[in-house]
Amino acid sequence: MAKRMKTKIRWQQILPYYLMVLPGMAYLIINNYIPMFGVLIAFKKMNYKKGILGSDWVGLNNFSYLFKTKDAWTITRNTLLYNVAFFVIGTVLAIFLAIMINELTSKKASKLYQTVILLPFLMSWVVVSYLVFAFLSSENGLINHSVMPLLGKPPVNWYGDKRYWPFILVLVNTWKGIGYSMIIYISSLVGISQDYYEAARIDGATKWKQVRYITLPLLKPTVITLFIMSVGQIFRSDFGLFYQVTRNSGLLYDYTRTIDVYVYQALMKNSDYAMSSAASVYQSIVGFVLIVTANKIVKRYQASMALF
Amino acid sequence: MLKSREYKTTQALAHIVGILFTLAAIIPFILLIVSSFTDNAWVSANGFSFLPGAWSMDAYRYIGLKWTLIGRAYGMTILVTVIGTAVSLVISSLFAYGISKSHVPGMKLISFLLIFTMLFNGGIVSTYYCYIRLWHVKDTIWALIIPGLLMNAFNVILLRNYYVNNIPASLDEAARIDGAGEWRILMTIVTPLSKPILATVGLMTALAYWNDWINGLYYLSARNGAKYYTIQIVLNNINDDISALVQAQTSGNMGMNVSVPSITIRMAIAVVGILPILIAYPFFQRYFVKGITLGAVKE
Repeated sequence: MAKRMKTKIRWQQILPYYLMVLPGMAYLIINNYIPMFGVLIAFKKMNYKKGILGSDWVGLNNFSYLFKTKDAWTITRNTLLYNVAFFVIGTVLAIFLAIMINELTSKKASKLYQTVILLPFLMSWVVVSYLVFAFLSSENGLINHSVMPLLGKPPVNWYGDKRYWPFILVLVNTWKGIGYSMIIYISSLVGISQDYYEAARIDGATKWKQVRYITLPLLKPTVITLFIMSVGQIFRSDFGLFYQVTRNSGLLYDYTRTIDVYVYQALMKNSDYAMSSAASVYQSIVGFVLIVTANKIVKRYQASMALF
Repeated sequence: MLKSREYKTTQALAHIVGILFTLAAIIPFILLIVSSFTDNAWVSANGFSFLPGAWSMDAYRYIGLKWTLIGRAYGMTILVTVIGTAVSLVISSLFAYGISKSHVPGMKLISFLLIFTMLFNGGIVSTYYCYIRLWHVKDTIWALIIPGLLMNAFNVILLRNYYVNNIPASLDEAARIDGAGEWRILMTIVTPLSKPILATVGLMTALAYWNDWINGLYYLSARNGAKYYTIQIVLNNINDDISALVQAQTSGNMGMNVSVPSITIRMAIAVVGILPILIAYPFFQRYFVKGITLGAVKE
């Protein structure tokens, strides 16, 4: 009797929790889980009239078509290399900046710098593309009109010459994202006990030595956490950066087209379900394998740093 | 003596680095704003400049003329941001509170289902297909609110961590002894105590809605979806084709023979689009910083 009462009360108590997660769970099903089954498109010859389930199976044909094109290699290479460059340059600069800002004894100055440096992070890529255009436009850009003559050089057709874009994209991405990573690193710097520095100063260590032997080693866990996250994302690219900032200029594709841009192009411009779904499923599956592998490796190396 | 010299050098260096990065962050915005106030003919001859030779309000006057289109897009941005943020906060905080009760059977599985969405997804094509064919969001306002943005797994984890770490379990028990149900505990005790994190998550969500143009790109067609264009989508559209704006209906009847400030108008619309962020940002800065800091801490 007593036992039954207890169970009854317990159910009454926990039922509301299930109701609370219900709307969110419904959203996950609509937005995430049902589309997961949609990966089937990649293995079918898509017939829009018959729908996904009614279309004929073609096995791996879509993938073999995709990997026969030169595009498959280009978009994979671009996606990977840009992510590596973004991570390396972004991390080095952000740590440098965070250490410098954290040194400031004037709280007012430190807050002002942080506030302004974070501002680009709040902008959409469309707005960023306008900002970049003001500098790079061939007809009206500041660089062609004011900077190149100053250097005694002829104007450059920026949106038509792919050679410059690896640098431009790394610069723009760093410009937009550095405030974000700086704040993450400052928050880990603030957590480092002042005792270490006190002891080092008593031993006569210079500022550089303190950074080298105290700050950097203690930032390692943060770097590693961010590293696993970006390994998990290495097959993804920021569609906005590569689509908007380049103004989707076809002349630049060799160096600027990533998997996401390719999928958009194939799906929305060419209505090519075969190519676009093969590329998008390729991205999902390889990305998933990478994040699980990265996490496993970290787990072996230091379990507390693993993400899951 | 030596120490104080090192102190001074470090401070000076830190200020120099801080100022350089600050300038780098702000200069493009200054160019954008100055350009929007520059005379169109002057830009076309001399290019964008920080110190233009001729100033003009033409671009803003033209926005006034085209206010039917731009004002509408502006209103749509506000509407989508408000509805999206409100619904998102309700769904996310309820979900986060539910999974924060890890002793409840099944909640561990539900947490896993949330985290799994961060690791694997069906990809752009199948998501697009589902939203078009199963949920029929094409050319509706839902296209701007539902796909991708309504519940962000990172935000849910932030909220859940806050509920687990910052709401003492004893409060919960005391309220239960007083006869309060789970819903009342959440509404009257937990939610008021969670204002800081709700503000942070709410602001991040509002920013995501304000800045979104990708849903518009995928799910709104020019023919039937144009009435749902937000300011970001308009910016995206006029980026290489100004004609949509020129052909749009003019307010009043004096717009017919006004020449279009075709270069500076884009800059002016961009300024109008980011103005609310520029104004609101200083007041909300600490919430953004908090969101970023908390987000980097793994669960």
